[in-house]
Amino acid sequence: MTPAAAPAPGAPGAAGGRDRRYEAVIGLEVHVELATATKMFCGCANRFGAEPNTLVCPTCLGLPGSLPVLNRAVVDLALRFGAALGFRVPEESIFARKNYFYPDMPKDYQISQYEEPLLVDGAIEVDGVTIGIERAHLEEDTGKITHLGGGGRIHDAAHSLIDDNRAGVPLMEIVSRPDLRSGEQARAYVAELRAVLEALGVSDVKMEEGSLRIDANVSVRPVGAERLGTKVEIKNMNSLRSLSRAIDFEIDRQVALAEAGRPVVQETRHWDEDAGVTQAMRTKEGSEDYRYFPEPDLVPLAPTPEMLARARATVPELPAARRARLVAEWRISEADARVLVARRDLADYAEAAVAAGAPGPQVANWCTGEILSYLNDTGMQAHVLPLPPDGLAELVALVADGTLSRPLAKDVLGTCLREPKRPRQVVAERGLAQVSDEAELARVVDEVLAGHPADVEAYRAGDDKARKRKRGFLMGEVMRATAGRGNPQVLARLLEQRLG
Amino acid sequence: MTDAGYTTGRDLPGAAALAAAVRRGERTARDVVEEHLARIAGADPVLRAFLCVTADAARARADAIDDLVGRGLDPGPLAGVPVALKDNLCTRAVPTTCASRILEGWRPPYDATVVERLLLAGAVPIGKTNLDEFAMGSSTENSAFGPTRNPHDPDRVPGGSSGGSAAAVAAGLVPVALGSDTGGSVRQPAALCGVVGVKPTYGRVSRYGLVAFASSLDQVGPITRTVDDAATVLEAIWGHDPRDATSVPSPPERLGEERESAPGVVRVPPEVSGLRVGVIEELTSMEGVAASVRAAVEAAASALEEAGAKVEHAAVPHARHALSAYYLIAPAEASSNLARYDGVRYGLRIDAPTTEEMTAVTRAAGFGPEVKRRIMLGTYALSAGYYDAYYRRAQRVRTLLIRDFAAAYERFDVLLAPTSPTVAFPLGSRTADILAMYGSDRCTIPSNLAGHPAVSVPWGRGEDDLPVGVQVLAPALGEAVMFRVARAVEEAGPPAPEPPAQGRREVGR
Repeated sequence: MTPAAAPAPGAPGAAGGRDRRYEAVIGLEVHVELATATKMFCGCANRFGAEPNTLVCPTCLGLPGSLPVLNRAVVDLALRFGAALGFRVPEESIFARKNYFYPDMPKDYQISQYEEPLLVDGAIEVDGVTIGIERAHLEEDTGKITHLGGGGRIHDAAHSLIDDNRAGVPLMEIVSRPDLRSGEQARAYVAELRAVLEALGVSDVKMEEGSLRIDANVSVRPVGAERLGTKVEIKNMNSLRSLSRAIDFEIDRQVALAEAGRPVVQETRHWDEDAGVTQAMRTKEGSEDYRYFPEPDLVPLAPTPEMLARARATVPELPAARRARLVAEWRISEADARVLVARRDLADYAEAAVAAGAPGPQVANWCTGEILSYLNDTGMQAHVLPLPPDGLAELVALVADGTLSRPLAKDVLGTCLREPKRPRQVVAERGLAQVSDEAELARVVDEVLAGHPADVEAYRAGDDKARKRKRGFLMGEVMRATAGRGNPQVLARLLEQRLG
Repeated sequence: MTDAGYTTGRDLPGAAALAAAVRRGERTARDVVEEHLARIAGADPVLRAFLCVTADAARARADAIDDLVGRGLDPGPLAGVPVALKDNLCTRAVPTTCASRILEGWRPPYDATVVERLLLAGAVPIGKTNLDEFAMGSSTENSAFGPTRNPHDPDRVPGGSSGGSAAAVAAGLVPVALGSDTGGSVRQPAALCGVVGVKPTYGRVSRYGLVAFASSLDQVGPITRTVDDAATVLEAIWGHDPRDATSVPSPPERLGEERESAPGVVRVPPEVSGLRVGVIEELTSMEGVAASVRAAVEAAASALEEAGAKVEHAAVPHARHALSAYYLIAPAEASSNLARYDGVRYGLRIDAPTTEEMTAVTRAAGFGPEVKRRIMLGTYALSAGYYDAYYRRAQRVRTLLIRDFAAAYERFDVLLAPTSPTVAFPLGSRTADILAMYGSDRCTIPSNLAGHPAVSVPWGRGEDDLPVGVQVLAPALGEAVMFRVARAVEEAGPPAPEPPAQGRREVGR
């Protein structure tokens, strides 16, 4: 939890946001791209990773004469999120124009919602604490700009390239109340929000692809104080880890300033992941005035009772309920349940394996271990693994009936995650089935002992410590002689008998 | 057509007659187009109504229409009819400048919905017409490419901002033109040029492809020489468009009858018997309304009364404040709509060391003074701390005006008012006096703020023998009754003066 770069040496409060005399007040603005097929105001595909400027039309390019038409699917997804977290849906919400010049914004204004958002007053429970969500509103994404030369900053760049594939992609901005108190709690809040958004199918929530972006507002005040301190906005946190690091760094920085009797400047700071510090961003002269006004090209958005009902009906089981159910039904730990449910694809996969007959704990074990690391390494989704959930159930059964040892099973799983083969098929092809036949194993044990007379002698002459070492060595030799297929329990018993 | 092809507009066949001849195979569309191209070639060097004439494309399209007719197919109610398009309507691959340096050379990759619909009706786009830059003005003098002249007197303005469209129709260069009307930009030039100009109900005609000036006020409308032609063109272009979220979804009612032999061609009955007509006192008796204009409105009212309508004075008290509200709302929206001309993607770019400076110098060089004035006005009106005092208050006035109209329309089916307070004024006479120029739209702005339809119909001649227009206003979606009254006014009114006296002389030189 201690940030990589602490405040100035000797500064008080350099304790990773844990100076007990101060309290941090944190609010988050989470932007998520909505997983619609098409963009927010035109029919262009909403897709990541296409050739630059291939998913564009007059409307998302902001060409003169073009007009926006609201994509109904955007509203449906947002309303589903609203239904899941208990938001109030005002009768009408209004789109507004946020005016500012920036080359990645085709119209030089962003269609957003300002005074009257679609969703207000929601909440989410995070580790037993209810975190309020003030509002969630809809807005369009900007294009993506790449500055060439000058260290990638617009002011020094020789050229800039604009990709408008992202321009007009629907975004929902989720604004929490200032209910968060630490970097860790902020991280947990976003993790829970992310799991909810994913469970709802509202967003892909991939921070690395930019489909989930976070700005944090951080201030500190002496414990017990009513008045809020001056807040600082932090941007550019690209993972949950950097979110919690950046916030803790900022808390420490502000506490150090307070202790030194220096004021906190209200500003926007940029998180430098490598240096582990927040840095003041270059700001424009004067404060930004976005000159919001109601977007005249769109009519007020008034969700119908049918739309609200459909939103409620499409809310699936939420992550908290799912975790509780898995803990109760499968008798797995809360920690395992959390890891499983943090990824909807993984939890769905595990549940399908259990439905195919495997016991929950074993499934959870494989899913939170080998399978999750494979998914993380490859960036794959569980539902496209070559091994279907009933294949995992088959593997679990092979371990349960003694056909495979745990190490062999891991080996088989490794194959099945890469190639479309059933576990039984791999076992058969590679002759991997565990050997439990006593007569056969006894012969192997005898052969090994005959081949290592000195070790047997040393075992018999040795003290407890030496015997243990020699037994382990001989067990390894025996196992090697069976090519790893010997049933470890049977082999251990046979070895014990013969060594006396 | 004995003299260099420049003839009077009024006596030429209109859209209905031309389309009928083409549909019946009596004339080829090619012949019709060539005739109009010749007139443009003869008169436009003086009038400067066109920014661009698309002669080759028009000929090719006319040939295609003739081919359809030859194969026994019906090209539509505007078969072979040459139309001029205000140069703020997007036309695929054809320059669309908004009469601004900042868009010079830009060719849109798409057609405006109204252009698509004209094509579907068989019309032949023949060129793009001049306007005040980004439709901001009342005289077409704010065009970056020079003013258009009034066919009735080349030393006078044609009105604006659709001055090129109105002048082209008045001079007989085309029977039909489209304009756009944000505060009177179709009706006022129609009045000053002695032709018919319609602003439909907000949302009746798609704005998709109309380069935005003030989005909550802009409407596209036809300019023609007759009310019937205006009805035919309006029926061709209006109706719901899924690409415009402010488009009215309900299907429009028919504006008149059509003959079986000429589907889509509308004939509006001049029936006003029993209709209740209110003359808007605030606009007709306002200071600054020329005697001839007031007389025309009163004469039109009397004529309607004679035709069986019940005529009384109507009160629309907040019409007095409409101009002030308009000059906050329209510039506010414009300041945002025109932000995209930043030199980054299309149009003019003047290079500078940084992106911010590039945008600043490009806009400084690319926009004319009136556009800059309105961007500044609008930016100010929306600024933090001023929003409530200006923009929000203007919107309240708008609401009050709509209430006034609602009350008036409880008593009346339609309202009458002047279109322009005066006849066409001399070029340059109001350019130094911004408020006098803004005042040109005092009688037309209320309909835009309310979103209601209105039409200007010629009523004889006024000062200096120049045309006068009478305005018929109707409630939202009230086009059908509005057209009947307009048709009755047209029928009863003295003819508009002959436009081409000066033009002919110029051309003859």
